[in-house]
Amino acid sequence: MTLATTPRSVEIVVLPRGQRWWLSASVIALMIALVIGTMIGPAGPVWWRIPIELINRLPFITVHSGITSAEWNIVWQIRMPRVVLAALVGAMLSVAGAGYQGVFRNPLVDPYLLGVAAGAGLGATVVFSLNRAGTLHWIVDPLPLAAFCGALLAVFVTYVVGTSFGAQRSATTLVLAGVAVTSLATAIQAFVLQRHNDVVRQVYSWILGRLSTATWSDVRLILPYVVLSSCVLLLHRRLLDLMRVGEDEAIALGANVRRVRLIVVFAATLGTAAAVAVSGLIGFVGIIVPHAVRLVAGASYRRVMPLSLLLGAAFLVAADIPSRVLADPAETPIGVVTAFFGAPFFLLLLRTRQVAK
Amino acid sequence: MTTISFINFGVTYGTEHAVSQFDDTVHSGEWLCLIGPNGAGKSSILRAATGLVDYSGSITLDDKDIKSESNRWRARLVSYVPQSPLIPEDMTVYEYVLLGRNPYVAHFGSESAHDLDVVERVLNRLDLVRFARRSLGTLSGGERQRLVIARAIAQESPVLLLDEPTTALDIGHQQHALELVDGLRREQGLTVISAMHDLTLAGLYADRLVLMHQGFRVAVGTAQQVLRSETLAEFYGVSARVHHEPDGTVVVIPQRAPSI
Repeated sequence: MTLATTPRSVEIVVLPRGQRWWLSASVIALMIALVIGTMIGPAGPVWWRIPIELINRLPFITVHSGITSAEWNIVWQIRMPRVVLAALVGAMLSVAGAGYQGVFRNPLVDPYLLGVAAGAGLGATVVFSLNRAGTLHWIVDPLPLAAFCGALLAVFVTYVVGTSFGAQRSATTLVLAGVAVTSLATAIQAFVLQRHNDVVRQVYSWILGRLSTATWSDVRLILPYVVLSSCVLLLHRRLLDLMRVGEDEAIALGANVRRVRLIVVFAATLGTAAAVAVSGLIGFVGIIVPHAVRLVAGASYRRVMPLSLLLGAAFLVAADIPSRVLADPAETPIGVVTAFFGAPFFLLLLRTRQVAK
Repeated sequence: MTTISFINFGVTYGTEHAVSQFDDTVHSGEWLCLIGPNGAGKSSILRAATGLVDYSGSITLDDKDIKSESNRWRARLVSYVPQSPLIPEDMTVYEYVLLGRNPYVAHFGSESAHDLDVVERVLNRLDLVRFARRSLGTLSGGERQRLVIARAIAQESPVLLLDEPTTALDIGHQQHALELVDGLRREQGLTVISAMHDLTLAGLYADRLVLMHQGFRVAVGTAQQVLRSETLAEFYGVSARVHHEPDGTVVVIPQRAPSI
């Protein structure tokens, strides 16, 4: 057998031509979504002037767009932070969802699994119930802080409880502990709300998620978390592929499964908590985007992770556009839009792929 | 190459002793076959040597205790073919075999050209090249089994552990899989430990059989020494004829229990 001289015929299976194609397509989709996102909205300049002005703002290029500085202020102070925040939150939720799905080997897992949502909801509810009006002039807004801490605390409790019982099958115990902690936090939240039913409306609107109040300081607040946790998650894409053969075989293949799971869960939780703190609970993104990516580009996490990041950002920026204009001048909650447009789109994708198979 | 030793080895699940006082040394190029009824502790021995269950005593690879070393170090020396491997249906054959290179790839790194070379050689060797792009869900049972062995071979470890590698296979695929392992053992001096239910096949391929019963090593030796109808009756509770062929092959033939 002449083993050494065999041509390298199968190498392209690892890096199929499709991967680069999808990567470029995702980057382009994100760019388009970002530009359209800044073009559309109530007030502000005529839409077609905005791309021209954006080009004008690039270094070394001068084009005349005819936008006044007051109009540019609307774009820069209101639309752009909102679009950028949507991109960051969408990217974070999607890549965190894909990470969770990888370490728990469960396609139905979303980034709120281990108690992030309930913990953040409880934190926010507490702030709303304790004199929200009095905190509005504080230097640091306690609302995102409370949501962030609530989310981290809930996941911390889940992790401690989940890993102290089940030494053998810790992934399942962890998920079950998450279910228990979620119920507990939701129960406390319901109790607090019942005693302060004047804030139910505010809490409800927070839970549905919103990007309408986005400012550059929100962006600055979550950017470090999003960058750090996305980098950690992207670095684990090969190991997430390894986890697909299950805990035992991953160990047999030399992986330190517990450490990988701990790091991925920690990074995904940190990023999700930061995203939730500024935008509330935007559902559906973290589960639907990774699955859409799997359907079109294959199930390998080497593709799922980077593509979820890019397409998650594009998806939320795009979903935010109808949320601004559907009920103009009122806002449609972004969580409603993601589900309303995302669900049929996903079903359609699922169906066409099934037929194609 | 590598010698694997079990010294005063034991596995306990709760209060249940799955394996007790097990001592053995398997040398390079040797094929040891663990036999015994269900629950005798065969799988526990293999799983402990793979780092999947806690144990007492020690397991050493060339006099280094595997407990004091990392998973990665152990995976370079020991590969494991599980009894019922978990097959991710949407993974491609190539990606699956590539996982075998994990012990050589840095934590956050990616596979080197050498790793890809090894995978390609293994795919060629096991006649899997034409499946390379196929997803695992489309493969037959025999092809899957060959693939799991391919992944273990891609690990390039001197010790190979096989847990019931042929249970799901027909007689032709059984022979093919075992011949493949035997060929590699002869070529590269692999140390092989397998757990098997088919006693005739076990006797045919193994240099040495170890009969386990309720966690204890109750008989050890060649097929002729271990496979005796009175031994089988005592430990398996089975009535079987053992037939010695002129070429040394030992054939175990089950018998109907006499009707009363």
